[in-house]
Amino acid sequence: MVPVLMKDITFKLLRDPTMRTGIFLAVFLVGGTVLGGMLVPHDPFQINMNNRLQGASFEHWLGTDQLGRDVFSRIVYGAKLTIGLSIFAIMIAVIIGVPIGLFTGFIGGKIDAFLMRIVDGILSFPDFILAIAIAGMLGPNLTNVILAIVLVRWIVYARVVRGLVLAEKEKEYVLVSKVSFSSTFKTIRMHLLPQVIPDIIVMAAIDVGKVILLISAFSYIGIGAQPPIPEWGAMLNEGRTYFQVVPSLMIYPGLAIMLIVLCCNLLGDGLKNYFDIRKRRG
Amino acid sequence: MRRILSIVASRLLQLLIMVSVLSFVTFGLMKFTPGDPIRDLLKVDDVIATKADEEKLKKEYGFDQPILVQYGHWILNVMQFDLGESIISKRPVMEMILSRLPATIALTIGGMVVLFLIAIPFGTLGAAYEARWPDFISRWLAMLGASIPSFWLGLLLIYFFSLKLNLLPVMGKGTLAHFVLPSITLGIAMAPMYIRLLRERLISTLQSSYIEAARARGLSKERILFFHALRGSLIPLITMFGLSIGSLLGGITVIEILFSWPGMGELIVNSVKQRDYPVIQGYILIVGFLVVITNLIVDLLYLVVNPQIKQGKESV
Repeated sequence: MVPVLMKDITFKLLRDPTMRTGIFLAVFLVGGTVLGGMLVPHDPFQINMNNRLQGASFEHWLGTDQLGRDVFSRIVYGAKLTIGLSIFAIMIAVIIGVPIGLFTGFIGGKIDAFLMRIVDGILSFPDFILAIAIAGMLGPNLTNVILAIVLVRWIVYARVVRGLVLAEKEKEYVLVSKVSFSSTFKTIRMHLLPQVIPDIIVMAAIDVGKVILLISAFSYIGIGAQPPIPEWGAMLNEGRTYFQVVPSLMIYPGLAIMLIVLCCNLLGDGLKNYFDIRKRRG
Repeated sequence: MRRILSIVASRLLQLLIMVSVLSFVTFGLMKFTPGDPIRDLLKVDDVIATKADEEKLKKEYGFDQPILVQYGHWILNVMQFDLGESIISKRPVMEMILSRLPATIALTIGGMVVLFLIAIPFGTLGAAYEARWPDFISRWLAMLGASIPSFWLGLLLIYFFSLKLNLLPVMGKGTLAHFVLPSITLGIAMAPMYIRLLRERLISTLQSSYIEAARARGLSKERILFFHALRGSLIPLITMFGLSIGSLLGGITVIEILFSWPGMGELIVNSVKQRDYPVIQGYILIVGFLVVITNLIVDLLYLVVNPQIKQGKESV
């Protein structure tokens, strides 16, 4: 039963061209990273001044930077760091935002109306600038950027989930659950939560890409990851003065960001088609 | 008229809620922050800080008082249009930010021009040739545009147009040529969502009954597309501008840093690095104000271009 189901899902996923491109891109990126790590292992922090600003070679796939560090292993290290942090930030935002959205949407009433007024007020403020301000108040470093992102993002999840619950809670099956003396908690867990999960997965997939862009932009303008951390935006900032001589220092970190974000967007759109979100919502 | 008043009132309420919540949050965060601006300030001046110096400065800026008192003082001053003065430069915050505003507005206008030059052709192509290759290209361009980091795009543009081809200046502000690269970067960064929106709108407009009627009258395909469908589909773009003004003000920050463009974004990032709290607080207030005012203008414009709303038929 289970293998058949898995095959079924895989088939349905791969039928969608967007999803297919996304999966291939993901496989390519992960494969290249793992393979490179095995074939030419370098320490991303190892400075070697005799070997600076080298072009691509068999030993250094993407050359070396202004301090003689291997660019490929720095990008791989940066990938683990940035992707890990983005997924972490979105997970925390989901864990805080989704329950709040479920409960305020389901219970409703004055508290809900009041909270949503505040939430709408905050949401119409640019999240990037709010994150800058928060990072500014707490001090510019990577941890505070992540904190700022979580502080801003959970609100979005609460808002979206609440909207979905409002549409769903008047439907008969929820009313049946209510009149059959199920507790609020049980109704939410058994009936409403499963309804919002596909939407959250799609949103989270696209959001991971957005957060990667945000972290790298923050690091590029110098208020995120600080050198020598090989975060992609920070790498671009650090190597800025050498671009004219060695353009590859500029090309690769940016390309890495773009491919990863593209991958998130493709997977997100593919999942949207898979779950048929537009059709379900009418 | 009643409708206009209610729009204005609801936007003002939004401004009040937004700014009071956000400024309170940032004030609270400041309190929790390890280290404080006074010690940072003394470090900047390269003075060996004594406890007495620190206390004196703290008193001067009111940092020795409880957080709620500080917040109250700030609010009272804001009501008199006084945002305090910068810890670093000692200049009034209001003046500092407003002097940067024209450069940011100029860049915004430049970016919007590029944005519409990109979004209208590609959105229209996508809709006119739905599910065929022009649509495929326009969708892929939107997807790529949404994935590319704007500062990297800017770096690539600088590399090719300024360093390799020597056509345009690298950074700074002054001549019209300085405008080109920052505007293109901003325009491309903002374009994807407009392309998608215009395409979707046009596709649904092309299926509506008044387009059917135009077709029945034997009008040419191009005439229908440009004179009938496109005109109706541009209105949602105005709303989109209101909704995206926030992300524009955010995105422009990075671009200003990249091109050393002397706008508000450059000011705030430098203030964050120096932890110049009064400037950060003032900036939040001014950005909130800009966002709400833009949306108010968009609301009112919408009344003008779409008379159905004026008659109270909002749902149409």
